[in-house]
Amino acid sequence: MENDKFSDPSVQYSNPPALQPSSTPLSPFLPVLQLRSRVLQAIRRWFTEHDFIEVETPVRLAAPALELHINAEPAGDRFLRTSPELHMKRLMAGGAQRIFQMGPCFRRGERGSRHNPEYTMLEWYRADAGYAEVLLDTKMLLLAVAREVKGTSDLTYQGRPLALAPFWERLTVSEAFLRWAGWDPAKEYDADRFDFDLVEKVEPHLPREVPVVLTDYPAAAAALSRRKPDNPAVAERWELYLGGLEIANAYSELTDPVEQRARFAECAAERAAAGRPVYPLDEAFLAELGQMPPTGGIALGVDRLVMILADLVTFDDLLPFRE
Amino acid sequence: MYSASDLRKGLKIEIEGVPFDIVEYEFYRPGKGQAMYKCRIRNLLNGNVTDKTFREVDAIGEPNLEEREMQYSYNDGEHFVFLENRTYEQITLSPTVLGDQKYFLREDMTVKVLFHNDRPIVVTLPSYVEKEIISTEPGARGDTATNVTKAAKIDSGYEIRVPLFINEGDMVRIDTRTGAYSERVSKK
Repeated sequence: MENDKFSDPSVQYSNPPALQPSSTPLSPFLPVLQLRSRVLQAIRRWFTEHDFIEVETPVRLAAPALELHINAEPAGDRFLRTSPELHMKRLMAGGAQRIFQMGPCFRRGERGSRHNPEYTMLEWYRADAGYAEVLLDTKMLLLAVAREVKGTSDLTYQGRPLALAPFWERLTVSEAFLRWAGWDPAKEYDADRFDFDLVEKVEPHLPREVPVVLTDYPAAAAALSRRKPDNPAVAERWELYLGGLEIANAYSELTDPVEQRARFAECAAERAAAGRPVYPLDEAFLAELGQMPPTGGIALGVDRLVMILADLVTFDDLLPFRE
Repeated sequence: MYSASDLRKGLKIEIEGVPFDIVEYEFYRPGKGQAMYKCRIRNLLNGNVTDKTFREVDAIGEPNLEEREMQYSYNDGEHFVFLENRTYEQITLSPTVLGDQKYFLREDMTVKVLFHNDRPIVVTLPSYVEKEIISTEPGARGDTATNVTKAAKIDSGYEIRVPLFINEGDMVRIDTRTGAYSERVSKK
């Protein structure tokens, strides 16, 4: 066969890892799998009831989104998606009003008690909206899911109360850093120090009894979000923490293709300088982005959400088939 | 040098000239930020445990460590003398380096000695040693419960907790990693 890749000497295959008999019994996972199934159903029901369309976009991508610290898993001549973001935004640019997707995403080398190289991501996008409207969606969604699967929005996580209603703590990144790390990253940004202090000084102090929204990131950490019109030093981006655990990342989406291209180019240069693979630009996305209306978008880690609802602390007890 | 992605449980690293052992390891990447490696590390010189977070960009020192098999020879009243099996090289260790391990040594016992820059820093005994009980309260005959314990002394003077059925003269197995009683080997 002419096109048989297995006989094509230019295609390099690394040896797959040997499959060992597993010593992990599966029966202890059945209760959490049942809970997970109910969470997935509750999520789908909420979106359907709120006029969102469920979509499925490609898993194998020629051009995964360029982000400085996120590495894609190669898959033949493509990459497994690290998020469905770019294709979903193309659907928004094409006129979709409200879409959601729940499916597998992949990040190379990410394995820890709250990370897995493949995991389930929930993303949704809402037209003519921004990060504030998406926050409202998130509140309603989490309340509905908790009430449906747990019968209450007053959760207990690791022996401490976690009330999903009525109050969510909202802190700007500047407030949180000034309070616990002693500096304002929106004034003088230092990427290295920002990441380190976030993990070492800020996150450990975040309240755990209520959901915490860390909002208005320094513009340099905007990723794919737009700058705040009345304060361009910060970007319209927030992250949600439940029980001290980061659970979702939301944006008022950047809709300016010129700025988006510049950010991708800057990221590509930084990745190249760090010796990391540089992915090609998604030209179709850049060409269509200008048609996207103001949009709010969010990515939420479903595994972590289930972990909190199941009152577990590690993916080892959540995912039966861990690598 | 190691890079942060080399870190894993059990790896031995060096920080400012001090060798450490990674006892716990956790990958963590905040939001869109760089990967962090949260580690709990144990100072191999004094046993102290601390938390240390490494960033993706950090370069981490690789200690010059060598492990050699040696035989315990004798105690000169203060120090402990070991002999390298092949070269007959002799080293003398202070009781501080040995810690509680000194109570479990036996003549000719083969141990592993870890050297850092040619200086002996950690001695690892076989996981289990057998020792004679030299004093304890008389045992309650027929009481085989293991969850009730009493104090007992072994020949080196070390005190352990043993089940009630253990008597003076019995040989018991001790876990050298925890210093705890494991089982009875033989009755007097």
